[in-house]
Amino acid sequence: MKIGVFICHCGTNISATVDVEKVAQVTSKLAKVHFSTTYLYMCSNPGQELIKKAIKEKGLDRIVVCSCSPSLHEKTFRKCAEEAGINPYLVEIANIREHCSWVHRDKKEATLKAIDIVRLAVAKVSRDKPLVKTYVPIEKRVLIIGGGISGIQSAIDIAFAKYPVTIVERESSIGGRMARFDKTFPTLDCAACILTPKMVTVSQSQYVTIYTCSEIEEVSGHVGDFKVKIRKRARSVDINKCTGCGACYAKCPVKVSAKFDMNLGLRKAIYVPFPQAVPNVPVIDRQNCLWFSAKNASGGTKKACGLCKKICNFGAIDYDMQDEIIEEKFGAIIVATGFTQFDHSVYGEYGYGKYKDVVTGLHFERMASSSGPTGGKIIRPSDGKEARDVVFIQCVGSRDEQKGVPYCSRICCMYTAKHALLLKEHNKDAQAYVFYIDIRAAGKNYEEFVKKVQDEYGAIYLRGRVSRIFEKGGKIIVRGADTLSGAQIEIKADLVVLATGLIARPETVKLAQMLHIPYDQNRLFTEAHPKLAPVETVTSGIFLTGACQSPKDIPDSVATASAASVKALGLLLQDKLEKEPLIAKVDRNLCSGCRACVVACPFNAIDMKEIEDRALKCKRDVAEVVEGVCTGCGNCTVVCRMSAIDIEGFSNRQIMEEIEAL
Amino acid sequence: MKYAYFPGCSLHSTAREYDRSAKEVALALGIELAEIPDWICCGATPAHITMQLLSIALPVKNLLLAKKMEACEVVTCCAACFNRLKTANKFMKQRGEEQLKIEKILGEPYRGEVEVRHFLDVLVNVFGSKNLETRVIKRLKGLKVASYYGCLLNRLKDVTGLDDEEEPRMIDDLMEVLGAEAVKWPYKTECCGASFSLTKTDVVLKLSGDILQMAYDEGAQAIVVACPMCQSNLDIRQAMVNKKYKKNFNMPIIYFTQLVALALGVEMKKLGFEKHMVDPRPLLKEKEIIFSKA
Repeated sequence: MKIGVFICHCGTNISATVDVEKVAQVTSKLAKVHFSTTYLYMCSNPGQELIKKAIKEKGLDRIVVCSCSPSLHEKTFRKCAEEAGINPYLVEIANIREHCSWVHRDKKEATLKAIDIVRLAVAKVSRDKPLVKTYVPIEKRVLIIGGGISGIQSAIDIAFAKYPVTIVERESSIGGRMARFDKTFPTLDCAACILTPKMVTVSQSQYVTIYTCSEIEEVSGHVGDFKVKIRKRARSVDINKCTGCGACYAKCPVKVSAKFDMNLGLRKAIYVPFPQAVPNVPVIDRQNCLWFSAKNASGGTKKACGLCKKICNFGAIDYDMQDEIIEEKFGAIIVATGFTQFDHSVYGEYGYGKYKDVVTGLHFERMASSSGPTGGKIIRPSDGKEARDVVFIQCVGSRDEQKGVPYCSRICCMYTAKHALLLKEHNKDAQAYVFYIDIRAAGKNYEEFVKKVQDEYGAIYLRGRVSRIFEKGGKIIVRGADTLSGAQIEIKADLVVLATGLIARPETVKLAQMLHIPYDQNRLFTEAHPKLAPVETVTSGIFLTGACQSPKDIPDSVATASAASVKALGLLLQDKLEKEPLIAKVDRNLCSGCRACVVACPFNAIDMKEIEDRALKCKRDVAEVVEGVCTGCGNCTVVCRMSAIDIEGFSNRQIMEEIEAL
Repeated sequence: MKYAYFPGCSLHSTAREYDRSAKEVALALGIELAEIPDWICCGATPAHITMQLLSIALPVKNLLLAKKMEACEVVTCCAACFNRLKTANKFMKQRGEEQLKIEKILGEPYRGEVEVRHFLDVLVNVFGSKNLETRVIKRLKGLKVASYYGCLLNRLKDVTGLDDEEEPRMIDDLMEVLGAEAVKWPYKTECCGASFSLTKTDVVLKLSGDILQMAYDEGAQAIVVACPMCQSNLDIRQAMVNKKYKKNFNMPIIYFTQLVALALGVEMKKLGFEKHMVDPRPLLKEKEIIFSKA
């Protein structure tokens, strides 16, 4: 056995804290180590050439690269070794950067620690076995979870490449948040005018399937072969029979607050959320529908309504419709679940959400929309009168470690500026006041837009926080500080609009667990790398787009949507997928068939199989790993009492060898 | 029910009527208040803006004195004392060099083990509003009050843990138990100017004036308080507010304990109403809550 040890300076990242020459010198004397050297950047082309040359010239048969985390360059060096003719799994990485040089200051001690880390890797590599990659086929279809602008854009891109794609949307129409906006910054095109053509495109594409009123129930499998259970909630209207004529909701006698309009307007119990809905098929809100409440009432004394069914000429109304579970397979998944608004009712100083005339930006959007509940008038919800003096408060929930979230929600400065502009356009006598902490208008033509709102639309920007809002004499009194003039300010406003931050949806955690993807302390999904893999997750085959990863405006959402589509398409274009061989392996001779591993496996990757035991001359059950499903997590090896299961590349023997080397 | 009673400096001087009325309420309800022997300053404003060590050591000294008494909990009426004692407890529950230093100065270990309550908390939560209601002899019908909490009683929430920081309800609910009407108003926790009364009187006149104006606008006939500092600013400075801002406020500033005592049937003359600058007695008479000659 001839082991080569290659120590990287990583510029000065490692060599500033670790004496790399000393590490080379000490490790060269370890048993089985045949050659040891250092280089400035081992991952660079010349660095890799150096390794290849050493392998050939010195006849090395396994190598240890002492550099950064294996998550960065393990693949690089495995490939390098393979090109030089040795099995790529006879390579070990000694992480002397993240685990050593970056976290220590004392060079002497860091060097000693680095030597220990290399010693472990040398011990481990000596017990490495050559392994062979396996290949799995790919299901050439993509699942998109969420039908907002992100999901829609992803679907368009994938359909354009002629691959089948399915959108699963919780609401009864696709369109998401953007469908509720009036105009979009900084160009002020109407949101509906630019969104609806895209909605129509996906709905008409032969490659796109849209499941509305649907949610993900269960996900299993792995990249190339995800098995997904989708719950299609009962819409009570047959999507194939309905023509969207609208007779049913014209006749429906029940009126309830419309969630789509932020409860500023009313809708029927059978309804489409907005006129451009896709699919243009109504849904019955069973909680408020008279037919269902009569049916559910005890004793059935109430008279059932049934008007919509009577009026429908196409027999599309189906009160007996049940939830349906569909099972489908996908090769890749794009998560586009979006965001929700921060709930400002935690702020006592803003009235705990009790004042009717203190609303959020989304309320303002609905009021500004000409097809909205007020027909484009900016009003006071309390009395319906037109609002003249409107105070906008930025950073509500955002940048507040105590009651909100620590991060900046990124889009509020811009949408508030847009609101201030729209206010003036809807009512030329109106006056906007904006309380802000900082103006963050980093984007193409963004700063110019804010400047325009201040200069041409007369919005008064006040740098400071609002300390209290209260009602007095039919007005909303806003008290705050203007830190630039050092004055206390009191404004008698008609309406207060809070720029509530963007936060993760509450279901994020459940979905993350289903998909086996991580989320951060703010419950936003975590990208595989913050700079270099912003739309990937650590689970291969699952990609992120839009505000479910971090707050994003429309341009950024669309950009990440296309990025995620390219990543998914890149996968689908492969004939078959390489699969790492670092998975669990059962030694049948040792396995007692106790099934502890079956219970421990989070992926259902272990089955029991009956074998003929020749030594005992009987039949017995043993564990068997389903290779395509096993992720190599190692849970099973830990629970196995007989030590019958090993992870290839991380065997018990290897770990022991490492411990003994210390 | 026995408590170690920490009156604090105000209740032995400017707020004697608060002290007296609290003791009358306690007596009527069978709550024993045993004054902590040799109690010292709680460390309010002067100490806590001077040095942290002093601002913690002073209240801890008092808590150590209380610890030696039979009663296991300390009760106080003053919002500032309450806040300082609570702050000291929270601080001493952590462990670090500062805590060791304080223990060394005081010569005894202390880990925040003596529970501190405000008298309002004892009435509403320990004795219980429901029990109190059954003891009400004289309902305060027709009296419209603005409950004023000030800044120290409920802030910070994780220190005092008493009621909501921005929209407290304890005094309002208590007033309703007594039969009075608590008006809805937005200045429950506004600043009265506190200890700037002497050094920056102008500021106090502006702030206290705003509070009086808001209470008046919202239809209150009196303001109910739970803090001697609030009472003195709103009461003593009311004449100056009237002069400076050309107002005619005649708004009695009454301690909640005085109203509880009246409702429990305690004699009016035991409650120190004569000490108020704005005499509450004409109002109480008008509402037929008291009858005797003032």
